[in-house]
Order: sequence, then C-alpha cells, then structure tokens
Amino acid sequence: MNYNWNWGIFFQPNPMGTGTYLDLLLSGLALTLETAVLAWIIALVTGSIVGVMRTLPSKGAYWFGFAYVEFFRNMPLLVQLFLWFFVLPEILPRAAGLWLKQLPNAPFWTASIGVGLFMSARVAVQLQAGIGSLPRGQKQAATALGLTTVQGYRYVLLPMAFRIILPPLTSEFLNTIKNTAVAITIGLLELTGQARSMQEFSFQVFEAFTAATILYLLVNAVVVTGMRILERYVAIPGYITGK
Amino acid sequence: MKHFRSIGLALAATFAVSQASAEELTGTLKNIKDTGAITLGFRDSSIPFSYLDDNQKPVGFAMDICYKIVDAVKKELKLDKLEVKLNPVTSATRIPLMANGTIDLECGSTTNNAERQKQVSFTNTHFLTASRYVFKKSSGLKSIDDLKGKTVVSTAGTTNIKQLTEANVAKGLGANIIPAKDHAEAFLMVETDRAVAFVMDDILLASLVAGSKSPDDYAISKDAFSKPEPYGIMLRKDDAPFKKVVDAATAALYTSGEGQKIYDKWFTQKIPPKGLNLNTPISDELKHEFAKPSDSPNPDDYK
Repeated sequence: MNYNWNWGIFFQPNPMGTGTYLDLLLSGLALTLETAVLAWIIALVTGSIVGVMRTLPSKGAYWFGFAYVEFFRNMPLLVQLFLWFFVLPEILPRAAGLWLKQLPNAPFWTASIGVGLFMSARVAVQLQAGIGSLPRGQKQAATALGLTTVQGYRYVLLPMAFRIILPPLTSEFLNTIKNTAVAITIGLLELTGQARSMQEFSFQVFEAFTAATILYLLVNAVVVTGMRILERYVAIPGYITGK
Repeated sequence: MKHFRSIGLALAATFAVSQASAEELTGTLKNIKDTGAITLGFRDSSIPFSYLDDNQKPVGFAMDICYKIVDAVKKELKLDKLEVKLNPVTSATRIPLMANGTIDLECGSTTNNAERQKQVSFTNTHFLTASRYVFKKSSGLKSIDDLKGKTVVSTAGTTNIKQLTEANVAKGLGANIIPAKDHAEAFLMVETDRAVAFVMDDILLASLVAGSKSPDDYAISKDAFSKPEPYGIMLRKDDAPFKKVVDAATAALYTSGEGQKIYDKWFTQKIPPKGLNLNTPISDELKHEFAKPSDSPNPDDYK
C-alpha cells in the first residue's frame, strides 16, 4: 500500500480555524451525542404512547398504533430524513414552509425528530411485545382490584413490561446513536460528517475514520455499561426479570 | 514482524530474479506492464470533467485527457495491447483506492493543493477554477457583501467552505453557513430557498445551473472568494518514472493545441447526455497554463 500514514494529523490545526483536527472530530462527537439524546427522548415518549395504544381494548387506538408503526418502520431512515427536510416545507403553506426553512439549526432539529420518530416505532413494537408477554391474569387482577385502565397500566403492567424490555431497549439506544450518522444527508456535521470533512481536507482518510470508529465504540461501551447498571438497579426480586 | 519481512524479502528476491532479465521498471509502470492493464478512476457526476453518459459510460474532459495518457503509457512500454479498466470513485474513496493500487489515475475534478500533495501526486493542471456563489436572480444579490446575515450553503469538506468561513470572519458578514453533503444537495438548498447562495467552484456551479429545471432563474456572482485554483489528474506519490511519462504526455497534449480542442469540445459545445452547453470559453489563465504546463498547487503560479 502506497499510503502516507500520519497519526500526528490529529494535533495539527484544521483549516476551518477551530483548533486541531481532533477538535473537529470532538465537536462532531458532541453533536452526535446531543442529537442522539434528544432523539432517544422523543423515541421513548412517543414509542411508549404508541406501544400502549396497540395493547388497548379500543379498536381505534389499535389501528392508529398499527398505522403509525408501519409508516415509520417501513421506510428507510435516509428517505424519512430527506422527506422531513426537503419535502415537508414544500407541501406546507408557503409562509409556514419558509418559516420552517429559516429556523436556525434546522438540520439538528430535523435529525433529532426524524431519528426519534423512526426509533419510536421500534420502541412501540417492543413495548407491545413486553406487555404481551405478561400473563393475562395480571391485567384481569388489576381490573378485579378496581383499578381503572390507566391505573392498571401505570401500577401493574408498565413497571413489569419496561423491566422485561430493558435489554432490547439498550440495543435501540445504541441504534439511535449510530443512526444519527445518517443525518449528514441533511447537512448535520456530526461525528461521521466531521470525519468525512477531515479526510477531504487532509486526505488522511484512514486516520479520520479510525478515530471516528474508536469514538463510536467508546460511546457505545459507556451506554452499554450504564444500561447494565440501570438494569441491576431497577431489578425487583420476585418480578419476572428479578433474580 | 521480522518473520514476515524475511518472507517478503524472499518473495521479492524471487520476483526480482524473474524480472531482472526484462526491464528495470518499478512502481505503476511495472504493474501495468505485468498485468497488461491500466485502471482509470472516474467520477459519476463531475460534469463535464468525468461523468456517466446515457449509456452509463464514463466520459468527460478529464477522461479524454486520461485516454491520451494511456496511449502514451502504451507507447512508452511498447505494448501492442493495453487494456483500460474503469473504476468508479467518490470523493471519499479516491484516496484509499489510489493508495491500495486499485486505480492508477484519477480522472476527475480534484483540486491540487499543497496539503493533498503530502498524500498523492498530481500531473499538469487541466483546469483552473475560482470559488464563486450561485443565487436566484429574484434574490437581488450582487456582491459578496450582499450575503451579510443571510444563510449560505457550501459542500462539507471542500476548500470552498473553508474560504467562505474565512471571508465570513474577515469581512464581518455574520452569514449563517450551513454545510451540505454533496453539490447536488447544496444546490437543492438554494432551489428550495433553504439558503440564498451556494459557494462552490464556478465551473461546477455552471454545470449545476445548466442542468437545473429552470437555468434562467440562476446567476453566478462576479465576485470570487479565491484566486483560480488548479485541478489535476491524481496519481500515486513517490512514483517518479510513472509521473514522468504522465507529465510528458499531458504537456505534449496541452502545448500542441490539442488540449484546447478537447477543452472546447466539453466547455463550449453541447455535451451528452442532455445536450447541455456550459458556454465557458477558456480563461486567459488556463490558456497560459496550457502554453507552459505546470503541476504547481499554488494559485499564484497561474497568473
């Protein structure tokens, strides 16, 4: 291989005048984390609501949940972000579209909401499965105790369902972090985007992507460890997931 | 490690023995002679330098130059037959594919600058382009100063976005600079009013405008962000014998006047696939460069 390795490149100043190349990558990492956290909050909240809707006795709620999940999970994330960013403002009334286009940090908000909604469909399906895995007697017992549907979910079903799906939720959180990389398509310079601009500026392509890979691995290792601790912390002896 | 090296040496020695009787060729030339093939890297949408026509065949100004280089290499190595392989590259893959030997020449619109020369070599410059911006005529922009406080887009990782950032600070424009993934998307941002202007090499802007839905709606600024910068055909670094052949071939092409003929074909006439005409006559700087070919990365050398 005829390649000029230069690992010192990270400590050389980047041409954007914002410090070194390492600073460039770290600013991308910060943006990746911000986007991922916001997206994950959106995914958890809307995913939980939709997931619950899919298990309600109401036919309407079930069908809404079904349509929501199929809409968001059956389209590639890349296409969804493209639709949110470029197509949505065009089909809105002109004034609203223009307002949307001129929002500051539009790529960041679009990416967070877009990735969040995409992941929410996956959270919804898992929560539905979690609730479905509980014995039917649980729900009946809650009703027999005189709990309303809301109380039954709040005090009986959801505390167990969430504990059951905690391990797959960890994977979904990791996916959320990795999926933010798709946002370079709408001009969000997160970690992958900055690695790309680093290789364009310096032509040190292998160094740039090695660093990005290591940063992704480190972040995900931290998340996995954190979720393990959370799992142990919330475990209740006697529950299905307790020891 | 030591073990590997000794195996490598043994292998090299074996090859050296079998080759010693032939010729003292090294690097890319040796490789081309041994395999009877040369691989050209092409871009799929760098109009008119290197792009796919309606038969999905790579064509363009840089491709024509590369075919001339291939002829020269064939002559130099006294080969009866030289197979030309074509390999698509993107801005992200061109360096690894060049470094690992997949492609021998990159025929596209790669800017030749000092920083990149640490990684690859460039042959004589085949085009010069300055950073300008494209805007909708209806927006009433004229100069760089008119961008004050506006949203401006450029392609991430290009020298253009760097120049825009510098100008933004130097002139106190306070413009909101947003990066786009590629040229098509940056242009889309102007088309959909997400940004008022797109800063890029003027020739690429001209081709984007010519290929847009309504070319008459757009104009390209007179003001430039930079001096004209050179484009070069890329080859592997530290391969002096190959570079010598390629440099000689391009120099002969440019000084003979044939270079300008190829230029006119791609920049002043209708080109496939849609019959666009870029209407960009050769600049004085490039004319001057063709008369005295140079591979310098420094824009000041092309006055």
